[in-house]
Amino acid sequence: MTDYLKYLAKGATTGGISRREFMGRALAAGVSLTVASQLFADSAQAQEPKRGGHLKLGLEGGSATDSNDPAKFLSQVMFCIGRCWGDMLVESEPLTGQPVPALAESWEPSADASTWTFKIRKGVKFHDGKDLTIEDVVKTLQRHTDEKSESGALGVMKSIKEIKADGDNLVLTLTEGNADLPLLLTDYHLVIQPNGGYDDPSSANGTGPYKMTSFEPGVRATFERNKEDWRTDRGFVDSIEIIGINDATARIAALSSGQVHYINRVDPKTVSLLKRAPTVEILSTSGRGHYVFIMHCNTAPFDNNDLRMALKYSMDRETMVEKILGGYGKVGNDFPINETYALFPEGIEQRAYDPDKAAFHYKKSGHSGPVLLRTSDVAFPGAVDAAVLYQESAKKAGIEIEVKREPGDGYWSNVWNVQPYSTSYWGGRPTQDQMYSTAYLSTADWNDTRFLRPDFDKILLEARSELDEAKRKEMYRDMAMMVRDEGGLILPMFNDFVNAASKQVKGYVHDIGNDMSNGYVATRVWLDA
Amino acid sequence: MTGAGPTNGPATPNDAPGAEEPRVAIIAGGPALLTGSGAKGATAGGIRLLRSPLASLILQRLALSVALLFAVSILIFGGVEALPGDFATTYLGQSATPQAVDNIRKDLGLDKPLTERYVTWLSGAVQGDFGTSWASRNSVSEQIGKRLGNSLFLAFFAAIVSVPLAIGLGMLAVQYRNRLPDRIINIVSLAAISLPEFFIGYLLILFFAVNLGIATFPSTVYDSMTFVERLKAIALPVTTLVLVVLAHMMRMTRAAILSVMSSAYVETAELKGLSSLRIIARHAAPNAIAPVITVVALNLAYLVVGVVVVEVVFVYPGMGQYMVDAVTVRDMPVVQACGLIFAAFYILLNMAADILAILANPRLRHPR
Repeated sequence: MTDYLKYLAKGATTGGISRREFMGRALAAGVSLTVASQLFADSAQAQEPKRGGHLKLGLEGGSATDSNDPAKFLSQVMFCIGRCWGDMLVESEPLTGQPVPALAESWEPSADASTWTFKIRKGVKFHDGKDLTIEDVVKTLQRHTDEKSESGALGVMKSIKEIKADGDNLVLTLTEGNADLPLLLTDYHLVIQPNGGYDDPSSANGTGPYKMTSFEPGVRATFERNKEDWRTDRGFVDSIEIIGINDATARIAALSSGQVHYINRVDPKTVSLLKRAPTVEILSTSGRGHYVFIMHCNTAPFDNNDLRMALKYSMDRETMVEKILGGYGKVGNDFPINETYALFPEGIEQRAYDPDKAAFHYKKSGHSGPVLLRTSDVAFPGAVDAAVLYQESAKKAGIEIEVKREPGDGYWSNVWNVQPYSTSYWGGRPTQDQMYSTAYLSTADWNDTRFLRPDFDKILLEARSELDEAKRKEMYRDMAMMVRDEGGLILPMFNDFVNAASKQVKGYVHDIGNDMSNGYVATRVWLDA
Repeated sequence: MTGAGPTNGPATPNDAPGAEEPRVAIIAGGPALLTGSGAKGATAGGIRLLRSPLASLILQRLALSVALLFAVSILIFGGVEALPGDFATTYLGQSATPQAVDNIRKDLGLDKPLTERYVTWLSGAVQGDFGTSWASRNSVSEQIGKRLGNSLFLAFFAAIVSVPLAIGLGMLAVQYRNRLPDRIINIVSLAAISLPEFFIGYLLILFFAVNLGIATFPSTVYDSMTFVERLKAIALPVTTLVLVVLAHMMRMTRAAILSVMSSAYVETAELKGLSSLRIIARHAAPNAIAPVITVVALNLAYLVVGVVVVEVVFVYPGMGQYMVDAVTVRDMPVVQACGLIFAAFYILLNMAADILAILANPRLRHPR
């Protein structure tokens, strides 16, 4: 309990959650007001952010082909760079994943959640000194909704029918009700730009805490602090340098030799080695990303639910987390949601490795002969090893799995979502609705398990516009059960985001939203000399 | 190349001009390579120029290089085309919507036929315009200019360290042949060449950057760096490259010098009482230069085009890393441009080596 509160207090003092929210949750956890205040004060004192210093990040995922146009942000490096110079309308709260105000001060849905009114913050300036106006916001969203655009947020924005300004307010009309709209606007592509970025999309002229001073795609980007930032609870270091280091060993060497303060994507296999360095701290954050084995529910032999159940029961999840993730992750339960999502359906029994049940279902399915599983190391780190582990555990249930290693090149276009049984990876989505709509709705482009269930679709659409949280939670539970017991998804594990930093780096916020403190790492930490 | 027709008869070293005639004809047969009319109607001066065996050799090599480059361009274009997965889907990755994929394809003209795209690309490339990168929409030529500069910077310093060092060590090995210094030089250089580059790189990083903390790492260079900072940054990658190419050149130098050491004129020099170092440096080495030039040129080419792994390990923003990035997202204009430039380097350096070898050894001008 105290650990939890200290954790919360740390979140509150590092700008992760508001002080009021911290108090609310501390009281809810059964602590008196004085104790809560004291906790907050202690934490605030211990965690008093220091300003100044030059922060160096060594990040994997940069490429010479990176573009500074937010619509085209794809790599991890650009994700992080965009968070430095730009702001979205809405941010997500690091610990709970709830939407919190950013450039939108507040919002109000209509009764059926199909029309949303956002109040846009006043007195915010772009880096070139121009004021942020409602037109900039409208134009930005229009640019990302344009069917001709190549925006990575196009999928998210599809449900928006109309974008218009009502005085100083932004009014969004949706094709159908969506209670989660504010969270969709936290998408990292939706950086608000002057005139929506129509003039010069890659100018890096935003409202963020840092101004870009140089940018060489895939090599290096540098920033200096925006002295006129509209927020005071971020942007502690004076300058930032982001270096693209794609080689895992080089990243570790750069961190342990003190040349950078922070690295991302630490291979679980090398964590134990890196831990030995006295100046280094491993930062592991629970995430929504999950490693999956996907079967097409409409393709023989996987159109047989008994065979699917047999394959689900023959997966040894604990060993997977241990061996493939090095313990940096949590076991999955065959539905793509974990407790980091709001309205997570609690109390669903954890599926465990059970060769007897697997053998029972396998026999019932009437299937015989080997089952062909396609995999590749690009599916997720260690995917081939995971497939072989799986092969072993299934053998004990009398199921023969034939592992076929596919070339990494073209895996996403030739194997995933094409072949009936393969390994894959899913990053999380901001909301349960979005996760299910992306991959489990009958009409979804990426319905990679070919889960075609009208009854499921119906609940999903109803839940989307349901503003009553209790009812929605119930619906999400029903959906989870359907996917878990009848779907084509085997989800052995949710992977943690494993990063590492020098001990000089303070105030790191473990944000469940996404990797690298949801991309905000550079704007949230400070350096303790 | 020689002996093109029955009229020529067997070519002997003595009738060299006669033997050269078919070559002239071959070159002249190509369109627009020679100004004015064909070889037969050329002015006396022109004929004399072409009859000069050296000039004709060089011309011939140039023509061959151009033809090779052309063939390479087809190979590169076809090769990239044959890679599984296309740009639009690879670039957008797992998060691609069919709409976005379609948009990108149409935008880039990927729906056009292969030959049409090839011709458009080649005609641009001939004029030094490699188009725009599909992924970043920046000019490829502009980006390559910077990256190539970085790669050449690295290669240049690796070369000015490794070439004299290799030749010097080679001569030293001859001087002390089959004695302790020779063995040490051999063992160390062979050990270095036997280790993969990335391993040498990691060892150097571990030792000089992590343990001792005296070397700059990552070796990233950028615009605002001073020259001295740049030199410091490239110290480790240069060391790696030197270790990788040293043995090859050193051993070739040693073998070449040793082979002339048994000739009569070396014996004469020995009988004259010259010191052995002087014999090696003044009498043997110049006559062993041709194979050494070839191996040096090959290694120089390697320093430019073969350093992909070293650039990745040391986070050095050169051509190798640029091309790797481009291949992973199927950014074809960049891959093709890099491939073509790499090929051009190889061909150019090989040609230079040939010509230099011919200059160094007059006998090669009149091939039997």
